[in-house]
Amino acid sequence: MSKVAVIKKGRPGATQKKMWRTIAYTTLIVGSAVSLIPFLWMLGTSFKDPANVFADPIQVWPNPWLWSNYAKAFSKLPFAQYTFNTCLITAISMFGQMISCALVAFGFARMRFPGRNVLFVTLLATMMLPAQVTMIPVFKIWSTLGFYDTFVPLTLPSFFGSAFFIFLLRQYYMTVPYEMDEAARIDGASTLQIFYKVLLPQIKPALATLAIFSFMNNWNDFLGPLIYLSSPAKRTLALGLYAFQGQYATDWNYLMAASAVVMMPLLILFFCGQKYFIQGVVISGVKG
Amino acid sequence: MAKKHKSTLQRKEAIEGFLCISPWLFGFVFLTLGAVLFSFIMSLTKWDMINPAKFVGFSNYSTIMFDDDRFRQSLKVTAIYAGFSVPLGLVFSLALAMLLNLNVKGMQWFRSIFYIPAILPGAAVAMVWQMVLRPQPSGIFNAILGKLFHIQPIPWLTSPDWVLNSFIIMSLWGVGGGMIIYLAGLQGVPTQLYEAAEIDGAGSWQKFRNVTLPMISPTLFFNLIMGIIGSFQVFTSSFIMTQGGPANASLFYVLYLYQKAFKYLQMGYACALAWILFAIILALTLFVMTSSRRWVYYEAELKR
Repeated sequence: MSKVAVIKKGRPGATQKKMWRTIAYTTLIVGSAVSLIPFLWMLGTSFKDPANVFADPIQVWPNPWLWSNYAKAFSKLPFAQYTFNTCLITAISMFGQMISCALVAFGFARMRFPGRNVLFVTLLATMMLPAQVTMIPVFKIWSTLGFYDTFVPLTLPSFFGSAFFIFLLRQYYMTVPYEMDEAARIDGASTLQIFYKVLLPQIKPALATLAIFSFMNNWNDFLGPLIYLSSPAKRTLALGLYAFQGQYATDWNYLMAASAVVMMPLLILFFCGQKYFIQGVVISGVKG
Repeated sequence: MAKKHKSTLQRKEAIEGFLCISPWLFGFVFLTLGAVLFSFIMSLTKWDMINPAKFVGFSNYSTIMFDDDRFRQSLKVTAIYAGFSVPLGLVFSLALAMLLNLNVKGMQWFRSIFYIPAILPGAAVAMVWQMVLRPQPSGIFNAILGKLFHIQPIPWLTSPDWVLNSFIIMSLWGVGGGMIIYLAGLQGVPTQLYEAAEIDGAGSWQKFRNVTLPMISPTLFFNLIMGIIGSFQVFTSSFIMTQGGPANASLFYVLYLYQKAFKYLQMGYACALAWILFAIILALTLFVMTSSRRWVYYEAELKR
């Protein structure tokens, strides 16, 4: 049958295909060139001498090439401190999100208790609620508890799980056969043991996806630190960039160097964990 | 006896189950449910977080609706932005996904190049775009446009007529996330369908219109909803790049809400703004969901 189809298609199909491929390559190459311009312009500017940043006509290749811009950018504001703060917040949040989401999702996927389905639908419904609705009350709660200008409001909530990640992990748990739990239970394993010895190893790919997205959300967060942190020494990188712009508005070469450094961990993470990135986006799109 | 044994086991499982979900339950009760109620009550007050709140009934809402020019401006800005960036984003990301789906060489490289902008920190991205969109001829976009097409330097971020266009262009830079979802959707379309269509003499357009589009309509639906929600929540880029200016031409809704809350300390008013935002997003989502029965095709429905 397929042979007939091939013969019927014949030559015109082949030339048409060739035409489409040429169009595809041209569009993709032009598109990615346009897409890369902001990156390349950032990198280029980050190595330029201040006098050449706004040269007209534009200077494409930095001359002189100043590696020292990066060191200078870092000495103008305490970026090492900001990096430390960001790493700390990100690490604690990632850890909190991974253990809480894995446990809560396990509860929803494997345990039977009254009201489970109602609670699960409630969890899904909370995803619809824009963060702006709860932003002000939550701010009030944290400041009343004396946690304004600390990392607590930026880290502690992750230990309560997040609806989307719980949903994602629960879907993954559902694909693990129940026989595994039962066999372990017959062998005398407790619920906690089943959770971390039997099921957790089975959902490792989903946990990796969660870890990556949790890293990204926390590293990139701007509004949270902006609202909660006031002392300069506690700034995160994203907030530090903003402060830098406020103080050294004219030093675009340093600002671009700092921006490049803030972006770098995500680029590294992307190239190391590409599979999990793509997988995460796809799961969220197909199952959500 | 046996029955009693079973019920103690069930009770044990129920207790353990609640323990498992307790972290989420705790957060839900205090940080979501409590906060939602609190937010609604506060939206009925005049409150600056320093002095005690004063109950004012629905007057915040009526002021917003009938007597707040900046609210109207922020809604207009956000609606125009959403009206252009969402459909354009859908078309762009679908087009890119379809090109990548042609089994092009170096597909992974192209995919990475288009996807990476979507994962970068918004603050750093805003810095870079400020540099790229400089109004002077020394801005790279103006330099390229001037060289290739002899276009006069465009005041990207400094003219009220241009600033929203700039934000829409920036949003297209981040369409990679949608593209990847489409790509997965496209790869799920069975090739037999295309073969059958070819035998029936369908051209490229007909194949796209009658096979591809219906088969990926659930993906399209998902991207549309996420696009609408996202476009109504733009904050970081406008906060860093323009602070809503010039002449409030880029005063996005959430930026206005932020200013009311944390710049002018009108917390009650900001809560009311947040509820209106929620109502708008909910209404749009429900509208798309209702309409989706006509245009979203689920394979499972046929099988039933």
